[in-house]
Amino acid sequence: MADHGQHSVPHAPAGEFDDMELVHPKTFLGKYVWSQDAKVIAIQYGVTAIAIGLVALVLSILMRLQLGFPNTFALIDPASYLQYVTMHGMIMVVYLLTALFLGAFGNYLIPLMCGARDMAFPYLNMLSYWFYLAAVLILMASFFVPGGATGAGWTLYPPQAISPGTPGIDGGILLMFASLSVFIAGFTMGGLNYVVTVLQARTRGMTLMRLPLTIWGIFMATVMALLAFPALLVAILMMLCDMLLGTSFFMPEMLNLGEQSGHEGGSPLLYQHLFWFFGHPEVYIVALPAFGIVSDILATHARKNIFGYRMMVWAIIIIGVLSFVVWAHHMFVSGMNPYFGFLFATTTLIIAVPTAIKVYNWVLTLWRGNIRMTVPMLFAIGFIFTFVNGGLSGLFLGNVTVDVPLADTYFVVGHFHMVMAVAPVLVVFGAIYHWYPKITGRMMDDTLGKVHFWVTFLGTYAIFYPMHFMGFAGVPRRYYGYGETAYIPDSIQTLNAFMSVAAIIVALVQLVFFYNLVRSYFHGRQAGPNPWQATTLEWQTEHTPPRHGNFGAELPVVYRWAYDYSVPGAKQDFLPQNMPPEAVEADDAAPRRSP
Amino acid sequence: MAIAIAVIVLAVGSVLFFFFSPWYLTPLASNWGAIDDTIQITLWVTGAVFLAVNLFLAYVIVRYRFNKRRRSQYDPENKSLEIWLTGLTTLGIAGLLAPGLVVWASFVAPPEDAHQVEVVGQQWHWSFRFPGEDGRFGSAHNRFIDERNPFGLIDDPVGQDDILITAPHLLLPVDRPVKMVLRSKDVLHNVKVANFRAKMDMVPGQTSYFWFTPTELGEYEIVCAQLCGIAHFAMRGRIEVVEQQTFDAWLAEQPTYAELAERAPGSPEAGEARYTSCAACHGAEGQGNQALNAPKLAGLDAWYLERQLELFRSGARGTHEEDIYGIQMRPFASMLPDRQAIADVAAYIETLPERPLQASLDAGDPERGARRYRTCANCHGQQGQGIRATNGPRLAGMPDWYLERQLQNFRQGIRGRHREDPYGNQMIEMAQVLVDEQAVSDVVAYIMTLPQPGGEMAAVTSAAREE
Repeated sequence: MADHGQHSVPHAPAGEFDDMELVHPKTFLGKYVWSQDAKVIAIQYGVTAIAIGLVALVLSILMRLQLGFPNTFALIDPASYLQYVTMHGMIMVVYLLTALFLGAFGNYLIPLMCGARDMAFPYLNMLSYWFYLAAVLILMASFFVPGGATGAGWTLYPPQAISPGTPGIDGGILLMFASLSVFIAGFTMGGLNYVVTVLQARTRGMTLMRLPLTIWGIFMATVMALLAFPALLVAILMMLCDMLLGTSFFMPEMLNLGEQSGHEGGSPLLYQHLFWFFGHPEVYIVALPAFGIVSDILATHARKNIFGYRMMVWAIIIIGVLSFVVWAHHMFVSGMNPYFGFLFATTTLIIAVPTAIKVYNWVLTLWRGNIRMTVPMLFAIGFIFTFVNGGLSGLFLGNVTVDVPLADTYFVVGHFHMVMAVAPVLVVFGAIYHWYPKITGRMMDDTLGKVHFWVTFLGTYAIFYPMHFMGFAGVPRRYYGYGETAYIPDSIQTLNAFMSVAAIIVALVQLVFFYNLVRSYFHGRQAGPNPWQATTLEWQTEHTPPRHGNFGAELPVVYRWAYDYSVPGAKQDFLPQNMPPEAVEADDAAPRRSP
Repeated sequence: MAIAIAVIVLAVGSVLFFFFSPWYLTPLASNWGAIDDTIQITLWVTGAVFLAVNLFLAYVIVRYRFNKRRRSQYDPENKSLEIWLTGLTTLGIAGLLAPGLVVWASFVAPPEDAHQVEVVGQQWHWSFRFPGEDGRFGSAHNRFIDERNPFGLIDDPVGQDDILITAPHLLLPVDRPVKMVLRSKDVLHNVKVANFRAKMDMVPGQTSYFWFTPTELGEYEIVCAQLCGIAHFAMRGRIEVVEQQTFDAWLAEQPTYAELAERAPGSPEAGEARYTSCAACHGAEGQGNQALNAPKLAGLDAWYLERQLELFRSGARGTHEEDIYGIQMRPFASMLPDRQAIADVAAYIETLPERPLQASLDAGDPERGARRYRTCANCHGQQGQGIRATNGPRLAGMPDWYLERQLQNFRQGIRGRHREDPYGNQMIEMAQVLVDEQAVSDVVAYIMTLPQPGGEMAAVTSAAREE
């Protein structure tokens, strides 16, 4: 159970891992390129993920240009449009969000917040990044092969992913398979590392129930990713066999633009089951780290303990487990046996309960708090609002009957962008503003941060909220153009133009963020070791930024949970996790509660 | 503070937007009012929770804003509050799920008295099959699909009376439940009519189904709701809901499998006599005559010629007032008395010798056109040779002045707009890819570089090599 403040166990249980020997490199290359320091690897992951994310952002703008102003841009033909759709989705979900939360935040925060010197296997950790980089480069190469990148949709459903009529069936899809395989191999190296580090390398006194929720979120997400990604790997390898070796795992007897394809007896639905067995947990692989991080941002900036810590931990675990038994809600209208709908609608709606509890607990954390309206706090509140919206629209799609008219419409696009694109990205930004002072030793600019927040928060809502109404109106997704569709009113075109303008503005304001990021590195205010007066271990390091090995000669010893803010009777309004009970100063100045 | 106001404005604004925006469900035209009811229930419940959570959030932000002299309440857990919230949420979720599952139970079970229609999806068309008088579909399998047997029917006595509808237009009788049996010839598709609410993917190698009862007379657009490749967005069709008598009369006119199999192929000999009236403009060998705006015919496939002659004859082509040369063609097509005459003349034209053409225009850049053409290639073939399965006629070897005029006509809706010309409808959508006249010239210039008769030889030898 959690130890709240003064109730903490007086003696600290021993750490489960011997102090490790680190390889201290001497050369510039060893320090910053072939680095085995989790913090440097985290930055490498972060920069690579954001760079590739920018490519995906540009692709989304190209899509919006076509949708908002159809038949204006000669560059965008139907093949290109489908390629943008596919690459945007795949990059954002896997190569940006998964890599950023687990590779970047995981690497930076797990050792620091657990009180470890580094990841359990630093060399493997380094290798993990280089595999990731290779995966990204292979993926980028697919834009430049004949026929271009694949346009099969990010779900890569067979038969169309490898059949004529779909762009990129020559080189593009092969490079997509190759890139994903390399990514999964690299992720497995990193993921095992995170799990072992959390389980084995926590410092003395850091029990599992004293871990900050950030670590719980990343840990659970990693466990899930280790179980889910193999399903994707086997699915794409089977499809590769169908494509190159003439097997028929997923390919039935069918025609390729009039010619018999020669396949026999495969099941396209089998692929969809495998894909969504990965794909649904993937949603939570992105969401759970965001849940964890936002919990810590809220507690720190509201100067208040997280509300219902144990419930929060169990909610993360329950969501993680349940997310493996809901996958077929993506397939309610896939042509699978419709009787599955009863089971999967039920499991899906059950998962809403722990998710709702998390939302309540975030709001209740602010309740009776003392809220400092910092930039990270703004992003955290923006997250709550966006996530509530996206979570509730999930109740439409998860409930099998309601899903039928809404599936494959813009309602789905609006829903998943709210819940697993905008919401986690708001957390990413909040987290960057929150931890930037630790990473660089300088504060990011507040005013620029606020401009960035307001335009991003309001702008994304303007893009994605109206999409739900297009979905009600039955506007199908993944359409290059709507032309003359009898039941789609012309006003939808006006709406599309509006959303496109909003998207362009949101994309442009990200330049403010990058300017802030770079400028603050050189000119930001000095942050000091703990500018937010936070309790968790990464703020208690001897040096800021922390050096290789994270902590000084001695690893910190943990005496309390991560949320001792505003503890009654203590002078300081926060008690760092490594502050011994005897060091806590009694609060003499404040009036006693009982005379 | 600003964020509290933003949360309130957005939360309340979102709800108001729901009430006042012009965009909501299309008018219901089927029995699935129950689906709309579940949507309504979900809207009310989620709307209430959305407002409650966000307004409370806004209140908390204002009430507990930063104050130097105040300290947060230290309040790690509150068991009774947590239990209450969990309990209420569970109840709310159950309240949403229960009606959903009840409606689903009827969704998955078509009524006994439902009549059946098979919908066949292919890139990028719909076709339909009725079971005929015996009420049973004959067996069919993708393995048996070829040009003469587009539905892949197996030699099965039950299938002889199956009624085949190759055009993407379907009539359904009002107020009679119908079970839509779905299959696909190639990739995934999804037959969707927004007003009917129900839909389902069609998966090659298996059948799937859904059922509904059309309740409103009228005409409804079918769209494809599952990504099926490059022309996914242009895969359209139409369902007309009519009175039973109208439906019966329509169905009686449609050919059965047995009737189609018995149809005599076109006879080039009979066609030769009929061709004499064509020869005046199109030339004795179908070589075309630009001065008379008559395109080359030699080299075109009979199936395409038949379709265009039918369209001219029925007034689905050549009736738009700006289609001057199409209007000229109509009376000549009307001279052909029946389907057999059309088949004969088309068969004769197929026998005409093909001679290569020189480009007559030079405004286009074939290199830019090559990129434009990659869209066209999906239906018309990489070499512009034409693909019957996609209903894309041959382009290579056709005169550039004619191609350019037709593309302009499609872009502007002068050709292909008629409701009985589904492939023309589709071509209008696709022609929008060519954003301006330069793009049209470019793509035509590229088509002129595609191999002409010699090219066809090359295609044959490469096909032979594959075998």
